[in-house]
Amino acid sequence: MAGDSTAVIEAHGVGLTFETADGPVHALKDVNLSIGKGDFVSFIGPSGCGKTTLLRAIAALEHPTEGTLTVNGMTPDEARRARAYGYVFQAAGLYPWRTIAGNVKLPLEIMGYSRAEQQARVEKVLSLVELDGFGRKFPWQLSGGMQQRASIARALAFDADILLMDEPFGALDEIVRDRLNEELLKLWAATGKTIGFVTHSIPEAVYLSTRIVVMSPRPGRITDVIDSPLPRERPLEIRDTPEFIAIAHRVREGLRAGHLDD
Amino acid sequence: MRNAIPVLGVVAAIMVVWYLAAVWMNAQWTRDQAARAGVEVSFADIVADTLAQDRPRLPAPHQVLLELHALTWTEEVHSRRGIVQSGSLSNRSLVHHGLVTLSATFLGFAFGAGFGILLAIGIVHDRATDMSVMPWAIASQTIPIVAIAPMIIVVLNSIGISGLVPKAIIAAYLSFFPVVVGMVKGLRSPDAMQMDLLRTYSASSFQALWKLRMPASMPYLFASLKVGIAASLVGTIVAELPLGGAGLGTRLLAGSYYGQTIQIWATLLVAAILAATMVGVIGAVQRMTLTRMGMAQ
Repeated sequence: MAGDSTAVIEAHGVGLTFETADGPVHALKDVNLSIGKGDFVSFIGPSGCGKTTLLRAIAALEHPTEGTLTVNGMTPDEARRARAYGYVFQAAGLYPWRTIAGNVKLPLEIMGYSRAEQQARVEKVLSLVELDGFGRKFPWQLSGGMQQRASIARALAFDADILLMDEPFGALDEIVRDRLNEELLKLWAATGKTIGFVTHSIPEAVYLSTRIVVMSPRPGRITDVIDSPLPRERPLEIRDTPEFIAIAHRVREGLRAGHLDD
Repeated sequence: MRNAIPVLGVVAAIMVVWYLAAVWMNAQWTRDQAARAGVEVSFADIVADTLAQDRPRLPAPHQVLLELHALTWTEEVHSRRGIVQSGSLSNRSLVHHGLVTLSATFLGFAFGAGFGILLAIGIVHDRATDMSVMPWAIASQTIPIVAIAPMIIVVLNSIGISGLVPKAIIAAYLSFFPVVVGMVKGLRSPDAMQMDLLRTYSASSFQALWKLRMPASMPYLFASLKVGIAASLVGTIVAELPLGGAGLGTRLLAGSYYGQTIQIWATLLVAAILAATMVGVIGAVQRMTLTRMGMAQ
């Protein structure tokens, strides 16, 4: 691992083109980005801007057709094999036939942890996402927000220092979302992980991130990267401060500028 | 028990139609007999006679039930050859013939379902298998196996393969296809997101099969097992038609040789009861399994 380097994820001139029946689709074009250790980076933009594709490329679920992309100094494929990241999808995707504990155990079983180790880790991460005592429940017995917390616990169960989240709270209502955002910040502070977070909500991006990457579509590209001046400790009320509103305004401007070129 | 009323209503309607059809279909014979004997028969006499003939065109429901009782309970408990007096099942009883058919059905079904599951796993994991095997699996079902099964049995017998095995082959042939189709669908049922999740863990395809595809395919598996076991029973019975010895199929053909319509219907009833029981048992296992797995619909 490139422990000496502060950049955990680095993209140089990354492009990704899907060959479709209607001709090539440029999902990403000339993406340059450097994400440092412990950063909380949000990717925001309208649908089709390639934010999810970029996250998937970092996770080696898609492969860039141009440029270089490194994760922990390795190729994304090597990083995946080295279990560099945990991935949280938009839907919790818990297995209905496994209990919550069983679901969190899934990656541990696949990665060959001992039974005792599995047990210990499941308890640790379930308490991290405040689901202590829910291990024996089945997914259908939990609310949507709790299911998504369980899926975050699943991504935290093994020692990956990167957490990639693809609109994890997109399907939840705003009240649950606020609460989970607050919890996610606590989790981030407690674990010190580097987080890549895809969202289409401006307040969510501004509230959570140390850096906000604004993207625009056709071709998917980065139009602005905003380093947030907000402190790491963020109560929900911070959203009413002038600093917060100023950043949100800049994000909105960036999104609008991206659309003007259409 | 509000459901009981429509169910009983349908049964009652079938009975009414059945009795009417029996009277109508058997009346000619009654009238012919009367004409030959030179006696006048009233309508009431005709009705009474049509429901009590020895070899009716269509036996009445109560005749079939009485025959079933005679060929099972009475034969085994009271007959000299029955299990109570001789210690072994009577070769006339439908219990004996049913069990013979059942054992071939189970053997064939086990082979068919097992082969079907293996084939489905191959098809899902290997594109070459998918493209090379699937067309043959589909083509195999266009062969009217039910029609040519007796020939296959005779040929197999002539090369020395006899007993349970040839029947089981036909049963397996008919049951593997629904299992293949159902399992392929079931093993492919996990969505892209769930497959991606396993990719982020760098899970092997065996792990994906064992931890995701297999459990996810269970509802599909049980649905196709139900179809498969019924098909196995049909296959076994058809395969037994040309054979001597024991089995429901053998009894059916013997009954038709000697015009024993009541016996044929009683045998058919046994086959229907067996099929319903087997499908019911699979259904019960399905409910238990899926409830335990948290996947009950």
